[in-house]
Order: sequence, then structure tokens, then C-alpha cells
Amino acid sequence: MFKKTVIAATLAVASVPLTQAQAADYTIDTEGQHAFVQFKISHLGYSYILGSFENFSGDFSYDPEDLDATSVNVEVDVASLNSNHAERDKHILSDDFLDAGEYPTATFASTGFESNGDDEGVLTGDLTLHGETVEIEMPVTLVGEGEDPWGGYRAGFEGSTMLTLADFGIDMGDFPEMMHELELYVTFEGVRQ
Amino acid sequence: MWRNTRSGWGLVSIALHWLSALAIVGLFALGWWMTDLGYYDEWYNLAPWWHRSVGVLLLVATLLRVIWRLMLPAPVARGPRLERIAAHIGHIGLYVLMLVALVSGYLISTADGRGIDVFGWFQAPAFISDLPNQATLAGTIHWYSALALIILAGGHTLAALKHHLVDRNDVLLRMIDPTRSRRG
Repeated sequence: MFKKTVIAATLAVASVPLTQAQAADYTIDTEGQHAFVQFKISHLGYSYILGSFENFSGDFSYDPEDLDATSVNVEVDVASLNSNHAERDKHILSDDFLDAGEYPTATFASTGFESNGDDEGVLTGDLTLHGETVEIEMPVTLVGEGEDPWGGYRAGFEGSTMLTLADFGIDMGDFPEMMHELELYVTFEGVRQ
Repeated sequence: MWRNTRSGWGLVSIALHWLSALAIVGLFALGWWMTDLGYYDEWYNLAPWWHRSVGVLLLVATLLRVIWRLMLPAPVARGPRLERIAAHIGHIGLYVLMLVALVSGYLISTADGRGIDVFGWFQAPAFISDLPNQATLAGTIHWYSALALIILAGGHTLAALKHHLVDRNDVLLRMIDPTRSRRG
């Protein structure tokens, strides 16, 4: 009994540094802001409105040897939306659309990842926006990874997906059909911890 | 005639008072109406343009008005002591709410650093921008201060009518007739 416990404890202690080395945990580089959460939505079918969320944070696990274990968590400060026009931002953040007063945070928590090989895959996860949680799929690409010039190790990705706003309880009924959905584009670099 | 005296308001103050009254009621009604306009309404962009333009002009007029008010004497207050104190507090409240409503409105439109076009005549520059969540916070302050201003202005109107109809004194008349400022 005692022997078993010792062996188990030794194994547990020995495995700690090992798992830490293997579980490649990254923090999204919001400090150097090599990270962007942007959206693109039609304006009346004549052009596009582009905007981004300026404040967010997140982390991810990425191990090229164990891609099934890939996971991502991002938390976005909705009120940090910027579309280069304060009055429009105010309108988008009002209860006509995102209702940032009531729902100040949007989150994404991945639930699965399927690799397609060639540094590509599809991330599945729960996106919570406007108080509604919807499972979405986002095709993602590894842009690159490697050592940075400052002694760290980085991996960076991009991905985009179309969101139907009605799924999130956002009523776009007053607007033409092509404004009922938007493209969410995310790209970020993580610094390995 | 132009200047305020202890016996009455001069023409400058009278004109600023009634133009402000007209603009404030107009801006409140316009603001109430325009914020419910649909995206496809032909007034969707035009109504805010009017609202902003009149608002900037009223802000400038109000700043001048406060300076003019502080520079010159005001006509003597009428009524019992408590009423005079209440009137004084009410008037300060009106000035404060006017300035808060006007400045907060200005801060909505200038939150990203762009100026405000005033009737196509000139651009009111943006002095303060990029505060966290500026447009939304300023918008909330704008709405509540405007609502409070309209309610207080309603009380101001009732008080003026009381002076005229119940007390039968010259408080309302001297805000209409500038020649009363010349009577000693």
C-alpha cells in the first residue's frame, strides 16, 4: 500500500514538468496587440461596414503533436467596438443591436477541433453574444509559429465565419436581407507560456 | 435697454431667454422624435443634422448668456424669502442642466474626434474624444439631463405664471418688456 502510494506520488511529480512542457498553452498577445477581432457587414448592399472590438483577452492550447486537444477561450469587451464613427458605435451598442449595457461581454469557448491537415482545421465552440449562446464552426488556419526576436515563442492563427444575427436574438428585420448576417474575422498571435 | 438692471432684464437677456426656450423645447421634441426614426426614414440623417447644428449654436449662446448674466446685475427677486431661495436654486439648476445637456450632446458626436458640422457653415471642433465608451455614456447623460431640464423648465413656466396670475407682480412682464430695465 505504502509502496503503491510512493510510486503513484513519484509518477505524479515526475509527470508535472512533462505535461507542462507538452501542453502548449499560449496567451493571446493583447499587450503588443498582435490580435484583432473584426466584423464586416453589408451596408444596404452597397458597401461594407468594417469594425473591430478593441479590448479582449484570451488564451489557447495548441500542440502540433496533439491537435485534438486544441482549445481556445476568448473574452471580448463589447463596448470597445469601434467602426470609426462614434454615433454609429453608440447605435450598434444600444439595445437596438448589441445592448452592451445589458450584455457587456461576449465570449467564445471552443468545444472541439478537427484538423484538415496542412495547418488547417475547423474549430467548434460556443459563442455567447447578446446573451445568447450559439454553437458555431470557424475554419481556422495556422499562419505561422516560431521563436520571436525577444526570447519568446509564438504561434498565430486566423479564422472567419458568417454569423446570422437573428441566432443571437439581434433583430435585423428593418434591414435588407444581406445585412442579416455578418462576417466575423479573428486573427491573433499567442505567446507560449 | 440692452443691459440688465435691478428693475428689469435688458434686451440681450430677454432675447437669449426666449430663443433658448424655443430651442430647448424644439431640441427636446426633435430629439425624442428622431431617436425613434427607422433607418429608411428620409429624416434619419437630416433630423440629427438639425439637432446637432441647433445644439452647437445653443451651446455657444448659453455660454455667452452665462457670462452676460454673471457680468451684470439681475432684477430683484419677488416674493417671500423661501420662494426667492427656491427660485434662485431653480435658476441655477436650469443653467447647470442646460450646460450638462448641451455639453453631453456635443460629446456624443465628437467622441471619435470628428467635429460637428453646423448647418454647413462651420465645423465645431472636437476638444474631448476617445474617453472609454464616450458616446454611450454621454448619450445616457444627455437623455437624463434633457429630461430633467424639460421637467424643471415646466416648473419654471408654472412659477412664472403664478407670479403673473396669482401674485400679480412684474416677474413675467420684465422678461418680456426690456423698457422695464430703465425704470428706477
